Amino acid sequence: MGLVFDWAWLPQLARGLLITVEITVVCILVGIVLGLLLALGRVYGGRLLSIPCSLFIQFFRGTPLLIQLLMVYYGLPTWGITLSPIMSGILALGLNTAAYQAEYFRGAIQAVQGGQMMAARSTGMSLAQAIRYIILPQAFRIVIPSWSNELILMLKYSSIVYMVTVMDIMGVGNTIAARHFSFFEVFIIVALLYLALVFIVSQLLRMVERHVQIPGLGEHAEHR
Amino acid sequence: MNLLKVENIHKRYGKEEVLKGVSFELQRGETKVVIGPSGTGKSTLLRCINRLSLPDKGQVWLEGEEITHSKSNINQLRAKIGFVFQDFNLFSHLTALKNVNIAPMKVKGMKKEEATKLAMEELERVGLGDKADAYPAQLSGGQQQRVSIARALAMSPKLILFDEPTSALDPELIGEVLEVMINLAKDGMTMLVVSHEMGFARSVADEVIFMEHGVIVEQGPPQQLFSNPKHRRTGEFLHKITELYGETS
Amino acid sequence: MTNIQLLLALLAVGLVIGTVVALLQVYAGHFLGVPAFIYEWVFRGIPALVLLFLFYFGPLQFGVSIPPFIAATLALGFRSSAYQSQIFRGAIQAIPHGQMMAARSMGMSRVRAIVSIILPQAFRLSLPAWSNEFSSVVKDTTLAYAVGLNEILRHARFITERYYNLAMLAYLTVALIFLVLTYSGNWSLGWLEKRLRIPGLEMAGVSGRGRNLSK
Repeated sequence: MGLVFDWAWLPQLARGLLITVEITVVCILVGIVLGLLLALGRVYGGRLLSIPCSLFIQFFRGTPLLIQLLMVYYGLPTWGITLSPIMSGILALGLNTAAYQAEYFRGAIQAVQGGQMMAARSTGMSLAQAIRYIILPQAFRIVIPSWSNELILMLKYSSIVYMVTVMDIMGVGNTIAARHFSFFEVFIIVALLYLALVFIVSQLLRMVERHVQIPGLGEHAEHR
Repeated sequence: MNLLKVENIHKRYGKEEVLKGVSFELQRGETKVVIGPSGTGKSTLLRCINRLSLPDKGQVWLEGEEITHSKSNINQLRAKIGFVFQDFNLFSHLTALKNVNIAPMKVKGMKKEEATKLAMEELERVGLGDKADAYPAQLSGGQQQRVSIARALAMSPKLILFDEPTSALDPELIGEVLEVMINLAKDGMTMLVVSHEMGFARSVADEVIFMEHGVIVEQGPPQQLFSNPKHRRTGEFLHKITELYGETS
Repeated sequence: MTNIQLLLALLAVGLVIGTVVALLQVYAGHFLGVPAFIYEWVFRGIPALVLLFLFYFGPLQFGVSIPPFIAATLALGFRSSAYQSQIFRGAIQAIPHGQMMAARSMGMSRVRAIVSIILPQAFRLSLPAWSNEFSSVVKDTTLAYAVGLNEILRHARFITERYYNLAMLAYLTVALIFLVLTYSGNWSLGWLEKRLRIPGLEMAGVSGRGRNLSK
């Protein structure tokens, strides 16, 4: 049985690739903002803020991503909120990654906390100033490895959105494969595309990491 | 009016009462050294003074303004008190220069050029003018501690608190830090120092305070305390310290 | 429920293959070691869904019909093996070299030393990170829905089609079921860890799949 292949597939897949990257980037950004807020809430928020934040985090980290996506896509409309497939995907992925990023941020903030906070406060800085000028700049550098990792993970998990009819790489691939009954060929290409994407992004992130290093402090251990 | 007045400070951690009613005063230009066995609340006392820890009972006044009062503007008050930590606690993402000029800029609102000029002066004062662009991780322990002293000085504080400033340093680096501190005392800075360095106490302290189990056992001028302690415990402690650290001149 | 069967099956596949791959990476020369690294890179870099499709729909194309359960077990199992091999590799490398030297100087062959001395310690050290992998895998089993497995999700789907308003509730319930499954799994592993703990033998910083974090 011969393998089928059509060069015309490539531009379609490329379009899907673009969507994949778009979705990933946006949901990561959502994750950073929300994640940071959740982390600050947990560390500095007192009991009032830290408990709801903690519950949110535990839910979105403990339950499967697919279920979260289905909840957003099928469940929200019953509450009167209807989002397009892409927006649903971004929202679900965004909430999910926010929960994980919140924990990375929290770990980083708490690693810097202690002595640095005391020193900052003893010069007369307010809590807000200390967080802004002393804690966060250092925390951001500490999270970079975990964060890069999260970006790559999200790139791969974004494939899930095809289930709610989004035409990312998976969506396009599925359509082409079904039409021509060439799942094997198509998905080998899809797999290679993902691998290439992951590779390129890792290299880029490694360059960024090297760029923001503080002279004298050792290489951060690579979380994988 | 005295510069610093500490009255009847009590502090409890969990079940244990670490400070059991500590009171003393500090006049402008005075240098007082607090000595005593580890774990007797000396560091806690310092932290209560700039309210990094809140005392359970008792009050602290700086030039008549009550620090411990809930309505006090603590940030403004802290800006007038310098604090040097045992572990230096330099901001590791900033160069030495930026460590020193950040507080004057952000807390006092100084312009960048002015703050930088001031920072360079203070760094020169502690002998580290040439290390302005180094990051803390690139400096030795003694250098880091001197930068942290410069950081405290840059705020033109009324008083500087030193929490065992040399205890985390390798022996050969202690001297450079003590030298800076001695010069500060000679220049008339008001200092409250918790330390084991008896030689330092002997040469610059106006008064030595011996604390044990959360209370002040005895206080007096170094010459009197060291050679003729009034309390038995003071004598025992000094004897042990001299054994450990040797007679320091 | 097929869910749990799938979970256990693929964890087992992952465990066995993961151990082999890790051992190859650490102890084998270039000939076997390099392919092992490539294997790991490939199976970690390709999204789970793509693997599922390749293993299920791929063979179908060539006239070979693999039952969805087997396809899913293999696809997710190989993937997990890649992550598990990383965990085991970290653990093996964290064991002081002296252990191997001591074993060899007693006359043990390399294989014997690995089996009796290195692996028991490595597995203990891996438990925390493996616990994270377990959580990740539990959640990944939902992806098998794409090849027709996962009755839970099908039931939920069925409910939402009939009773439109209950959609949120249905999925929330499924979500909570998974939460319970994950927590009980982690709790059991934590219990196992405590039972097996040897005083003094702990390890900080063994990484697993991207999302492992201390509480």
